[in-house]
Amino acid sequence: MACLEVQGITKRFGGLVANHNISFAVRRGEILGLIGPNGAGKSTLFDVITGYYRPEAGEVRFDNHRLVGRRPDQVNRLGIGRTFQKLRPFNAMTVLENVMVAAMQHRADPLAARGEALRYLEFVELADKRDSFARDLSTGQRKRLELARAMATRPRLLLLDEVTGGVDQRTIPTLLQLIGRLREQGLTLVVIEHNMRVIMSISDRIVALHLGEVIADGPPSEVVKERRLIEAYLGDTFVVPSGGARASGDGLRGAGEGRA
Amino acid sequence: MPPGEGVEVADAGAGVVAPPSARTGWGTIFLAILLVAALAFPWVFRLPYHRDLVIRVFLYAMLAQAWNILAGYCGQISLGHAVFFGTGAYTSAVLQTTWGWNPWLGLLAGVPVAVALSQVIGYPCFRLRGHYFAIATIAIGEIVQTLAINWEFIGGARGLTLPFQKDSLLAFQFHTSKYPYYYVALVLLVLCLLVSWWIERTRLGYYFRAIREDPEAAQSVGIPVARYKLIAMAISAAFVSAGGSFYAQYVLYLDPDSVLPLSLSILICLLAVVGGVGTLWGPLVGAALLIPLSEFTRIQFGGTGRAVDLLIYGGLLTTVAVFQPAGLVGLLRR
Ligand SMILES: Nc1ncnc2c1ncn2[C@@H]1O[C@H](COP(=O)(O)OP(=O)(O)OP(=O)(O)O)[C@@H](O)[C@H]1O
Ligand SMILES: [Mg+2]
Repeated sequence: MACLEVQGITKRFGGLVANHNISFAVRRGEILGLIGPNGAGKSTLFDVITGYYRPEAGEVRFDNHRLVGRRPDQVNRLGIGRTFQKLRPFNAMTVLENVMVAAMQHRADPLAARGEALRYLEFVELADKRDSFARDLSTGQRKRLELARAMATRPRLLLLDEVTGGVDQRTIPTLLQLIGRLREQGLTLVVIEHNMRVIMSISDRIVALHLGEVIADGPPSEVVKERRLIEAYLGDTFVVPSGGARASGDGLRGAGEGRA
Repeated sequence: MPPGEGVEVADAGAGVVAPPSARTGWGTIFLAILLVAALAFPWVFRLPYHRDLVIRVFLYAMLAQAWNILAGYCGQISLGHAVFFGTGAYTSAVLQTTWGWNPWLGLLAGVPVAVALSQVIGYPCFRLRGHYFAIATIAIGEIVQTLAINWEFIGGARGLTLPFQKDSLLAFQFHTSKYPYYYVALVLLVLCLLVSWWIERTRLGYYFRAIREDPEAAQSVGIPVARYKLIAMAISAAFVSAGGSFYAQYVLYLDPDSVLPLSLSILICLLAVVGGVGTLWGPLVGAALLIPLSEFTRIQFGGTGRAVDLLIYGGLLTTVAVFQPAGLVGLLRR
């Protein structure tokens, strides 16, 4: 059953069409990987779904709610949590306070919110950093903080923008383990990710965007064979026999990470 | 992860994270001494000059703290707070001179008027970010002052003189002994500090700080940012209005130049910035230092005092901005 349905979304910035007639559905309990080269329109789509941008056309449905026209805080209260590609923790607040603020949506009392926030910090393994200021954390730690903060609003659907981008290679397994555990708890996830090996291994399904349009939608094993996807990442010269040798899995990954 | 599951945390709920100002027993003792000193002051220093000076410190500290609720905690820098001061002053004065209202009722009536005005101003202006919001509030302050100058019903440029009455608590006038003014100002300040203290440790304060840090991220965790900015504005305007009403009753004369000038808006902001923005004690510390200083320069330099004030303020502000952005309170905490 569909949990989130994106129906014909078009979003323009002046003359630039960032999202063009995008449609796909996310099933309850699945992990959907959203991929595409830099500038494909992935983050823009997240901003449309969560109410930061209003699309020129289309609708987004979440359970039985229409989302277009709602404010970001209203979308969150319906049960959609998100992280940001360009991290936005509350810098001058402590790690614990960052998560408390989010937990207060359901626990107005600071004491109760504190207890709940600590549990989410345990979950992302940041409890020992609870009294540090958010600005003093490393990138990987701040990603986990944003994850804990998003989870503390008790969402049913989580949108994660760039889970491993800019993160030390050694901490990637920790982050992936976290995502696995989130799914076990019954959350539905949409994950934007440039690391092809990562996204192909964690996703049940992949939606690929290119220049604002959906160019592939299906299970990872099928999507990787999609000719348009390979073209999108490597340019058509790589698909002709002369450059074919370089269109390996690694090449695919390297091209995608260019701007992350 | 449903709450209640996951790892049990041993010290969950072992006290809310308290700001350093109230963490120790020493803090409480210091507070008690401060309060006793404030209560005893008029009985020790009997000169009217001293009493008047401390009344001003209390009044300005209260205004700066009220500003701090909106600008310090919630991050919305207003440079038009004189509008609410003037609203409080004029509402109580006009109700009294025109319809014979009791001045205390006038003070209470000023509050909802200022709050309503604050919402009318805040609704459109909060769409603006950072500096643009500050500039918009300056413009609104100037517009309101110009309107007041041209509005004959409230005295226009001539202003209003309040009737001199016999001493009584009910009439809000105390001439033979001016102590009651002192205590009224003290009560207003303590009330404002208590409300700020309460805000700091409830959800309201956490939401305000999140909005100050990053309004978009705040929205992503379900905070209706516009509504909370308006709440901060309302609380702030309410106290500033009460301060304005008090001022009118204390001085018994008001005109657009004394209760609605841009310089007042800037002074309110300055006191909080120098003392420490976003802290409970910063605005009081700022007022306790700068108000006597400005009196001193006025006496020293006579008629040209105003310009010297500004020079000193400007110098202090630059010093604070460069060396101690957390204000004087930040200095004490190190
Ligand atoms: N606020 C904006 N104003 C104008 N153009 C924008 C804005 N935000 C995004 N764009 C443009 O829209 C297109 C899609 O951007 P978007 O950030 O959604 O891409 P993305 O798929 O997330 O890319 P990346 O992988 O680099 O994060 C890009 O061409 C980008 O320059
Ligand atoms: Mg992006």
